[in-house]
Amino acid sequence: MTVATSEPRRDAIVSVRDLQVRFQTSDRRATVKAVDGVNFDVRRGETFGIIGESGSGKTTIGRALVFLLKPSAGAILHDGIDPLALSRGQFQHHRRDYQIIFQDPNAALNPRMTILASVLEPLELARIGDRAARERQAREALERVGLPQEFGERYPHQLSGGQKQRVVIARALTLKPKLIVCDEVVAALDMSIRGDVLNLFADLQRDLGLTYVFITHDLAVVSHISERVAVMYLGQFVELGPTEEVAERPLHPYTIALLSAEPRPLPSSMRQESRIVLQGEVPSPIDPPSGCRFRTRCPHAQPLCAERVPEWRELEPDHWVACHFADRPNFSSHESAGEMP
Amino acid sequence: MGAGPPAQRKAEGARDDARPLLSVRGLGVRFKTAQGIWQATRRIDFDVAPGERIGIVGESGCGKTITGLSILRLLPGNFAGLDGRILFDGTDLASCSARQMRAIRGKRIAMIFQEPMSALDPVFTVGHQIAETLRVHSDVSYEEARAKTLEMLRRVGIASPERRIDDYPHQLSGGMRQRVMIAASLICGPELLIADEPTTALDVTVQAQILELLRDISETSKTALMLITHDLGVVAETCTRMITMYAGEVIEDATVDEALVRPLHPYTSGLLRSLPHLSPRHGRLPSIPGRCRRLPRCRPAAASAPAARTQ
Repeated sequence: MTVATSEPRRDAIVSVRDLQVRFQTSDRRATVKAVDGVNFDVRRGETFGIIGESGSGKTTIGRALVFLLKPSAGAILHDGIDPLALSRGQFQHHRRDYQIIFQDPNAALNPRMTILASVLEPLELARIGDRAARERQAREALERVGLPQEFGERYPHQLSGGQKQRVVIARALTLKPKLIVCDEVVAALDMSIRGDVLNLFADLQRDLGLTYVFITHDLAVVSHISERVAVMYLGQFVELGPTEEVAERPLHPYTIALLSAEPRPLPSSMRQESRIVLQGEVPSPIDPPSGCRFRTRCPHAQPLCAERVPEWRELEPDHWVACHFADRPNFSSHESAGEMP
Repeated sequence: MGAGPPAQRKAEGARDDARPLLSVRGLGVRFKTAQGIWQATRRIDFDVAPGERIGIVGESGCGKTITGLSILRLLPGNFAGLDGRILFDGTDLASCSARQMRAIRGKRIAMIFQEPMSALDPVFTVGHQIAETLRVHSDVSYEEARAKTLEMLRRVGIASPERRIDDYPHQLSGGMRQRVMIAASLICGPELLIADEPTTALDVTVQAQILELLRDISETSKTALMLITHDLGVVAETCTRMITMYAGEVIEDATVDEALVRPLHPYTSGLLRSLPHLSPRHGRLPSIPGRCRRLPRCRPAAASAPAARTQ
């Protein structure tokens, strides 16, 4: 096996080993391998980004990390503990520390509950303190996310999208989690509001020592907020490394194509011409290509790529990649990704 | 600021000697709401030269979609009135008859939208829907329409069009549906294509394919493109001129290069600075103050303004 399946690091708050999540199609005739053999550690206090296009399995990983989905195979350890080995009561208590925030705050908030009631609910379910203490904590959480006192009495429809997302963040904070999985949390927000909410996430991390797993399709967002980033394609990680390394010296041809596809607000004088437009579309996760899954769209594919699954290897310190040819010179970064502005 | 004249710059692309294809002057649109009449856009002036690609940018609610829809007179039911002129090749679309409008809409000016699934009818094949535009506007036989549809599908990059022409929308991926929409919009050879957030619902690698297609088609068939988007990167990749809208008005009109290098209006520079950068910086992102600060006349609405920002 590869080195990735070794013992979890000391500072790992989450350790994922050979994670697989499979779904039956509705006619039960086929199996979708949404996540198919993923290994990584999330380190305490960091922001771990996962990027990928729709259908890559990034949301499935996010849901599995907080056990909203049960892994079909493999293990997810929280702080060295396997939550599935806990008793029901212990498990319920345990999962308070691992929260998730979704993309659409409209779907996450009950339109008939006031903001304060929504934020209070987790505290009530967890039976923390008395009524007055709970209300104090909920109001503190609202204040922490930058919402004025009087918002507690309002209803979701009276708030803007950015304000609603702040409420959802406040609600996740009430139980003082260690880790928050953020699944496309700014995707539904306008550009200018997006910046404010990302700033809020950074402030909360600094003040509360939170760990984030930030799942997004937006390269700019992930590279702004994360220390390390993983790139997903068709149920697997193709690359994982420090954000700066991945953004400036990508090793996998898919990462290179993804970076070059991102439209950038640059004037023509600063634009390089070597943009790679991938042909075709992502194959079906029901019947993924043999060998390397990216080979059907890879501009560098060789016969070997169809025969052998590329090994997940640490090509540079802390920088992992799954590609047979990633270490060949004249292959990648310089010809395409170019310099970042 | 506020009531002063909007900051404008004459774009180099729009030469004065060439007659513009589209010339919008003093356009304003009003809607009926429960609170009374709402002026959604006001005093909008811009030109589109034949074959030119312009981007209209701004946040949700700034009026960019309404501007696109008013050119084709596709405004929603609570529409209350329109001021100004929309001159398209000499015809004022703001005042022409419904019959004249129908002859232009789909034939000389076409439009595509963000969500191809809601623009396509699920119970007809894509071939039928593409050919429909052609049959409405010209007297063609079934065979001719089908042959043209096949050619159009091939042109927008759909692999094995003979097989795809009889598919239903649900059998296609998001990127292919948007290609079908582009095929349907281009089949009559329009002089102007209005694309409202055509790639927002698509993944970034598919977005790159569609933008390349739009640019390519505009260049080869000299179709002018009016690209409405919130994404400055998309405009920079596709267009030569950029019109920035804010709170219902045009606040900057410049070439893309000028607008990106030296944004004239503080809002444009704010929009640029608020973008998370691709290279990791971990700094704070500057925020943009709400709309009411720029428009003192909106102040009475300040309390409800944040809610109005996102639709």
